[in-house]
Formats: sequence, C-alpha cells, structure tokens
Amino acid sequence: MNATDLLQVAGQFALLSLLSIGGVNAILADSQRILVSQHRWLDDAGFAQAVALGQAAPGPNILLVAVLGWMGAGPWGLLACLGGVLIPSTLLVWRFSRWAGAHQQHPALLAFQRGCAPLVLGLTLAGAWVLAKPYGQSGWPAWALVALVAVGTARTKLPPLAWLALGAAGGVAGWW
Amino acid sequence: MSLAQPRSPWHLARVCNRLALQGFGGILAVAQHEFVERERWLSEEEFLNLLGSAQVLPGPNVINLAIMLGERQFGWRGVAAALAGMLLVPGLLVVALAALAQQVLHLTAVQGALRGMGLVAAGLLLGTCWKLIKPLRRSILGMPWVATLALAALALSAGLRWPLAWVVLAVGGAGMALAAWKARR
Repeated sequence: MNATDLLQVAGQFALLSLLSIGGVNAILADSQRILVSQHRWLDDAGFAQAVALGQAAPGPNILLVAVLGWMGAGPWGLLACLGGVLIPSTLLVWRFSRWAGAHQQHPALLAFQRGCAPLVLGLTLAGAWVLAKPYGQSGWPAWALVALVAVGTARTKLPPLAWLALGAAGGVAGWW
Repeated sequence: MSLAQPRSPWHLARVCNRLALQGFGGILAVAQHEFVERERWLSEEEFLNLLGSAQVLPGPNVINLAIMLGERQFGWRGVAAALAGMLLVPGLLVVALAALAQQVLHLTAVQGALRGMGLVAAGLLLGTCWKLIKPLRRSILGMPWVATLALAALALSAGLRWPLAWVVLAVGGAGMALAAWKARR
C-alpha cells in the first residue's frame, strides 16, 4: 500500500460520490470492483464481512464505506474511502440544495427523479448480487437464510439488527 | 403548532448525533421522528420537501437532508455541525467494532458469525429492493420499462462489470429521456 494507491482509491470514490444517487446501496457493486478486483485491499469474503459489520453498527449506512476502508488499509484507507465518498456530494448539496428546493417541479428534475428510479433499483440488485456471490458454494441453508431475510425485511418491521443477530448466531452454530 | 429552531450549531450536532445512534441499517425513520415530532424544526411537509431534494442530489439521503437543514440555519458551520453529528461518534463506534472483529477473526466461531452476517446483509439488500419496487408501480414509465431498465442496470453492473459512470449514463440517460418524453405526452 502506498500513497499513489491511496490517492487513486480516494479519487475513484470521489467519482462514485457524484454518482451515488439514492445513497450507498447504488455504489456497492462498484466499490467491490475498486477495492477487490482493482486494488486488492480485500477479497470477496472480506468485502461481504465489512459490509455486514457496517450494517451491525448504529448510524448512517454510508459508514460501511468507512469499514471497507478500515478493513482494507487501516486509518488511511478509511480516510481515502470515506473522504472520497463524502466530500464531492457534500459540496454539491451545499451549493445546489437551495436551487433544487426552489425548483422541485422543474421538468428536468422530475425527469431525473423518475428516470433514475429504475436505475437505483437495478444497482441495488447488483449490490445484493455482489454480497451473495462469495457464498456461491454454500448449501441450501445459506440460500434459505438470504431468502428468509429478504422476505422478512419486506414483510415485517423487525429491525435489521435482529436479522444480523440471527445470522451471526446460526453462523456460530454452523447452520449455514 | 409553531415550529422551533436549532439554537446553535452545537445543538444541531447533538440532535444529529442522537438520531444517528438510534438508527440501525438506515436512519430515515428516526430522522423524521427527531426533526419533525420531537424537535419540531420542520413540519411534515417541509421534511418531505427537503427529502425530495436530498434524494435528487447524489450522496446519502439523510445526511444530505441534515446538511441542507444546517446550511439554512447556520451556513457552513451548520454543514459542519450536521456532518460531525451524523458521522463522528457512530464512525468511531463502527471502526471500533471492525477493529475488534479483526482481532478475533482467526476464531472459527467469529468466522461463522461473520459468514452468517454477510448472508443476512445480502438478504437485507434484497428486501430493500422489494421496498423500492412498491412506489415504482405508480411510475410514469410503466412497469415494463421500469423492469427493463432495472434489469439492464443489473446486467451491466453485476454481469458485464461496467464502471458505474457508464451504467448511470446509459441506463439513467435512457430512463430520463423516456420520463421526459412520457411527461410531455
């Protein structure tokens, strides 16, 4: 790990920041591409673990990017990833929030909002795919758990932490 | 019912910190409760308006909303207060958790637990997709186009591993053109 590597990652996350429509879920698949395939800070399983840890702690979802950076390259990795992903979008919101607030019915903004909704859905699906892929060799109990959690979160009001606790407990017991 | 205002950037940071620490896997519902019902800084309608703008702009939605709220009240000091309140303490907590997990990663039980949590993380994200589909049923694009565009984004991103910028340009661009065209008819 050297300074060039860190700066490259920060730059790539800064670009993702400007593309993170709808939040962190939309950039998960690309974060994996950058950190696992390109810079090899993490392997597939490590990436999924970092995301799981990020979801197990309280706070905004974007903090899972901090965990990715930390698990990949320590404190500097955290700064590169989190700084990269936060600074551009913050500056943009700071600069344009008044304009966006005053022109909510502007045709271009409406087209953007409506037109990008399917994109956000597809990118979130891609994120789920990237998270599930390292477990491809697992048996049916693992897939049953994924399905149970997916249906459970859609249909019940149980907090994510409850599902994570179930997954962790079953994992210790060797169920999946 | 008259609305209140944050007294100082420090006050705003404290409320942001409090709400961030209550949210596990998403803080939108907590933010609504704290800003609208508890502190009464925003009316229900203002909250939805700000959220609308926050969702159009890139970045985490609730943090965007807090940045806008802070900027309106205190300028750049409000932006800094909102960011620090949302991220500082929760960030330290999550890093402590990650560091702890790394220390004990060699234990079989920890590996099993993290494996289970990784599977749950994938399931949670799939559940989020389901929640995203619901409002899309009323989309101006119509369900066949919504499905086509979403599957195209999935295939380009997860299958062909296109960089996000290209996927956004191709699928987002097509979606926006379609939405603009449908709105004009």
